[in-house]
Amino acid sequence: MIRPVTAASPLEVRELRKSFGGLKALDGVSLDMFTGEILGLLGPNGAGKTTLVRSVVGRVVPDSGELRIFGRGPLEKESTAVRGWVPQEIALYPLLSPWQNLWTFGRYQGLEGADLERAIARSLEWSGLTDRASDKTSALSGGMRRRLNIACGTIHSPRLLLLDEPTVGVDPQSRERIYTMIGELKAGGVSLLYTTHYMEEAERLCDRIAIIDHGRIIAAGTRDELVLSTLGTRQALTIEAEAPVPPSLRERLERMGASVNGTSVVLRTEDAPRQIRELLETFHAGNTRVRDLTLKPPSLQEVFLDLTGRELRE
Amino acid sequence: MILSIAKNRLWNLRRDRAAMVLSFAVPLVFFTVFAAIFARGSGRAATNPVKLVVVDEDRSESSSRFVAALQAETALKVTTAAPAQKGGAGGPYTAATAEAAVRAGDFPVAIVVPRGFGERPIRFGASGDRSKIVLLTDPSDPVAPQVVAGLLQKVAMTAMPDAMAQAGIDEVEKWSGGLTTDQKTRLQESVAGIRRQTSGNRPGSEAGLVDVVTRDVVGEKKKNPLIAFYAAGIGVMFLLFSAAGAGGALIEEAETGTLDRILSTRVTMTRLLAGKLAYLAGLAASQLLVMFLWGALVFGLEMRGHWAGFLIMTAATALAASTFGLLLAALSRSRMQLVALSNLLVLVMSALGGSMFPRFLMPEFMQKVGLITLNAWAIDGFQKVFWREEPVRNLAPQVLVLCGIALAFFLLARRVARRWEPI
Repeated sequence: MIRPVTAASPLEVRELRKSFGGLKALDGVSLDMFTGEILGLLGPNGAGKTTLVRSVVGRVVPDSGELRIFGRGPLEKESTAVRGWVPQEIALYPLLSPWQNLWTFGRYQGLEGADLERAIARSLEWSGLTDRASDKTSALSGGMRRRLNIACGTIHSPRLLLLDEPTVGVDPQSRERIYTMIGELKAGGVSLLYTTHYMEEAERLCDRIAIIDHGRIIAAGTRDELVLSTLGTRQALTIEAEAPVPPSLRERLERMGASVNGTSVVLRTEDAPRQIRELLETFHAGNTRVRDLTLKPPSLQEVFLDLTGRELRE
Repeated sequence: MILSIAKNRLWNLRRDRAAMVLSFAVPLVFFTVFAAIFARGSGRAATNPVKLVVVDEDRSESSSRFVAALQAETALKVTTAAPAQKGGAGGPYTAATAEAAVRAGDFPVAIVVPRGFGERPIRFGASGDRSKIVLLTDPSDPVAPQVVAGLLQKVAMTAMPDAMAQAGIDEVEKWSGGLTTDQKTRLQESVAGIRRQTSGNRPGSEAGLVDVVTRDVVGEKKKNPLIAFYAAGIGVMFLLFSAAGAGGALIEEAETGTLDRILSTRVTMTRLLAGKLAYLAGLAASQLLVMFLWGALVFGLEMRGHWAGFLIMTAATALAASTFGLLLAALSRSRMQLVALSNLLVLVMSALGGSMFPRFLMPEFMQKVGLITLNAWAIDGFQKVFWREEPVRNLAPQVLVLCGIALAFFLLARRVARRWEPI
């Protein structure tokens, strides 16, 4: 049976490199996961997220570097048993029922007999599909199929779970349900590597976040750590003018360190009360009326933009 | 607007290479294959002589001339001696070995020229107790026996006019109340003259008749003799179609990401392919079973006494067809490609291999070409079981070839499937 590997980290990645032809998909990725945490993996399209996840599940063989799952290589049998993967695609058999899909993936993970039956019943219950266990999977709603997709990846009770965009195309109500399922997995001690395009999802669910770009992890830490290390404590002060800012006013605002774009003026500041007063006086002097003023603490979105120069969805 | 819709479809077609192939290349390939099969005339033309075994039990001067005249017929390919490697020692065919050769499917027809044939080869009117030529036939080829029967009469007329003249003289003497000695002498001289003239196998003048008795040596008791052929032929063709279709599940799994997911579990590629093969072979065997049971129920196909051979052939055929489907699926990049490739290959294989048209009616060259298809081996095996009622051990060549094909296809599919393994 599987050797206990509790002492080892769920996932250790060291200097992982992988090229496809001339394209460097992974360019020395290093990453550590702690037991029981949810680690968010964020990165623009083409940053290397998919290659990293596929390396962890053994579908990509790295050119060099090291990857250990609870101390073992990704292709070892023991790793297969403790690792679960929920791909972004709904990778299910649409003509089969949820019960049959769960049976299939349970068997493929080596479960059988009463253990398999119990695992199916537990997974159906957990994903809220007990009542629909015999229906055709293709007849389920999008949210239900997403939940079944997750249940099929966790039927063998993995200790490390890779979740790839599990809420894509899901309505808000179903999304909440999936968040609950993820919370239950975390409460059960499962370590989760969570890939997402939804920044608010990452902020809400993840204990730590790793940002990957051009095949490298460019920052990793808690949300606050990332904000502090990139943007510091500066708040974003945004003023919306009623009309496009005239050139003379624009010049004065830019001298104050603000960026101007049409009617929108943004200034990052450590001293918000003073800067607000000065900006409003400048607008007044420039005969331009202010329609709206907002002050926001630094967001993960801004961290991402600051680090990668791109929006997450680019 | 109508033209815009047509243009849109044309763009789609040009982008879809598989559909392009289906639209243009497949019909061309078909046309070529069928043209090759039926080239130069219809079916069994003069270009495709009937293979015939001739046994001369009489060994008289007349019978030798008769056999020589048969050999001179371009529509016949006459064999009188068995090759040394077949049936052991070789040497001239006897009535028994000729019958065995027809039964084994080596020849569609054999004739036995009986002892005493030379004394009275031809006679007008009722034959009485005169020796008759025996025609041993395999009715699975409905054309060959008729060709041979017709040519026997022709050869009798053209090769033995002296015998015919003698028969005429005998009839005249019988019905005229007797000829004088002088008349008899002159008539005999004429007959001798005719014999001298025709000794070089030159065609003679008028017609006479040889007595022929035809006997089917295979399937003589069968109600519906060719039903096993059709069950096997059509069955194998659809087996190939359905195996290719079912094998396509692999492509769907690859396209939906399910294959990636499966291969991230404990399932290896070899296990996956073996599992798919088990399913495909089981499905194929069930299909053949249903096909033959339907044949038994509706067309009187005799299953009793043939179960062992049927099951062995079904297992071998199902394995070969399944690995074919698996290999095609592994080779294809998309469902559309699979459909194009399987349509092309299955239809060509079925045409060449005798699923659509019996191989024994094809030119000899095409019969040999057909052996590259698994259809030919499967159909031959089922024919041995149901038509020739050969013992199970005689299925060895067919079973070995089909199992060999299955093994080769599986190994090839495994190799091609490496593209889905971790990169």
